[in-house]
Amino acid sequence: MIGRYLLRFGALGYLGVVLLAPVALIFWRTFEHGWHPFWAAISNPDAVHALKLTLEVTLIAVPLNTVFGILCGLAIVRHRLPAMGLVNALVDLPLALSPVVVGLALILVYGPGGWLHGLPFKVLFSFPAILLATMFVSLPFVVREVVPVLREIGTDQEEAAATLGASSFATFRRITLPAIRWAVAYGVVLTMARSLGEFGAVSVVSGNVVGHTQTLTLYVQDAYANQFNETGAYSASVLLALLAIATLLLMTMFRPKEETRGDRGA
Amino acid sequence: MAIEARNVSKRFGDFVALDDVSVEVESGSLTALLGPSGSGKSTLLRVIAGLEQPDTGAVFISGKEATVLAPQKRGVGFVFQHYAPFKHMTVWENVAFGLKIRRRPKAEIRARVDQLLDLVQLAGLGKRYPAQLSGGQRQRMALARALAPEPEVLLLDEPFGALDARVRAELREWLRRLHDEVHVTTVFVTHDQEEALELADRIVVMNRGRVEQIAPPRELYDDPENAFVMSFVGPVNRLGDAWVRPHDVELRLEPNGSTQEAQIERIVRLGFETRVELVRDDGERLSAQLSRDEADELELEPGQIVYVRATRQRTFSA
Repeated sequence: MIGRYLLRFGALGYLGVVLLAPVALIFWRTFEHGWHPFWAAISNPDAVHALKLTLEVTLIAVPLNTVFGILCGLAIVRHRLPAMGLVNALVDLPLALSPVVVGLALILVYGPGGWLHGLPFKVLFSFPAILLATMFVSLPFVVREVVPVLREIGTDQEEAAATLGASSFATFRRITLPAIRWAVAYGVVLTMARSLGEFGAVSVVSGNVVGHTQTLTLYVQDAYANQFNETGAYSASVLLALLAIATLLLMTMFRPKEETRGDRGA
Repeated sequence: MAIEARNVSKRFGDFVALDDVSVEVESGSLTALLGPSGSGKSTLLRVIAGLEQPDTGAVFISGKEATVLAPQKRGVGFVFQHYAPFKHMTVWENVAFGLKIRRRPKAEIRARVDQLLDLVQLAGLGKRYPAQLSGGQRQRMALARALAPEPEVLLLDEPFGALDARVRAELREWLRRLHDEVHVTTVFVTHDQEEALELADRIVVMNRGRVEQIAPPRELYDDPENAFVMSFVGPVNRLGDAWVRPHDVELRLEPNGSTQEAQIERIVRLGFETRVELVRDDGERLSAQLSRDEADELELEPGQIVYVRATRQRTFSA
């Protein structure tokens, strides 16, 4: 009995200290003088541009990584090629590698003396580099969500669809995709959260030019550390936090549906 | 011939699943592929369906070569061991799947699905999801789904394997009646000899990737070609070189010229049938199968000495 309470309060306390208190403090500091300073801070053109840039990068990176994630998951689970073990391990690389290292690696590839230096368009310190860095760090999530579900559902339903006359594409669209749809949705939300919040890799390759290549996370850091604009930093942080909370809500909305539909029954 | 497999071989790595197998299945028949696990019976079924490619050999369906034809184009219905229901679709949508894929008119789909749900006794359950059905219902849904596009042959992989004994017996009888009604050429895989004997017109006995014998049930039971078939199809006693079915063991209370002495070890009463387990004086064990009346008349007791004789026995050259 006591053990159970200890466990419960221990877990809650830990969450409170590590997670809730810092986030709550940011909200409190942002809104301690009402809505007005918050609104003023985030309607500043540089902040608006940073938000726009972050959303643009996210809206491109997430669909690309979703499509790649599904195809890659199918390749890993359904096609037993010798190279797939390697692919499976490589997919985890972005989770293991520090984002700063990712940024430096991109500079080595696209920078002076790199393999892909001298492309007809600018990569480093502009939009493509920010996008590449974001795609790199948010790549594993859809694959990681989809692979175990594909393993679990097995090939029976797909084979059944084939014997009933469905082409591979029809089987994918009508059988495989619906069976993994919640895993994909969950992966999309995680990919989105990671893309919105990426700082390290982007800060290395973006150049961090205000109103140009500055994403929202970079804006927060810049406002706080260089401009001594605490209200601006807090307000932009709150904006990021709200975006994160929105994606988290999306995620939890997906979960109960999965259970009530009875999809998981044997 | 509805189905012909000609000299089919298939390996998975070092494992030989099918070793030069040739089988013919007559149109409209109900054929069982019978064998222990690992005998290659499921692989043969999957080769016929096009879900596995044979390494060598050929498959013909309705007289047309189908060896390299995709499963979509073979006109086969397949019922999987665990039914492979489309979990995100209702029962109705599951059954309609093959018709929707073929872009049949809506009215025709509706009529056909309703008719099939009726046939498999699932009318009224069309709006349920597979997770809300019992094992037997899911099995019948899978059957209706496979029958919907009017396949030329119906293939069933261990159709009753995952069900409990009572539902099994019911469904078995029901499948036999369904086959008499629908008359689609049917091949089913089973490891249960009783199931094969009860249901099939013809039985293909398989062992270690090879066909041991192909025969109607009665011939298979009475006239097995080798020791494997004899021992796999029905219970058997091995006495030296001879094989004797338990119901061909005669028990007497008094010796005569051809009997041998044995002691009763155990008596098992299974309803109408009584099984007597014996040890002969030379140490060989055997069991005898008697009707209850026969056993009662002899007033058998465990420990008692009786005299046994095989009324019918077989020997096979190795």
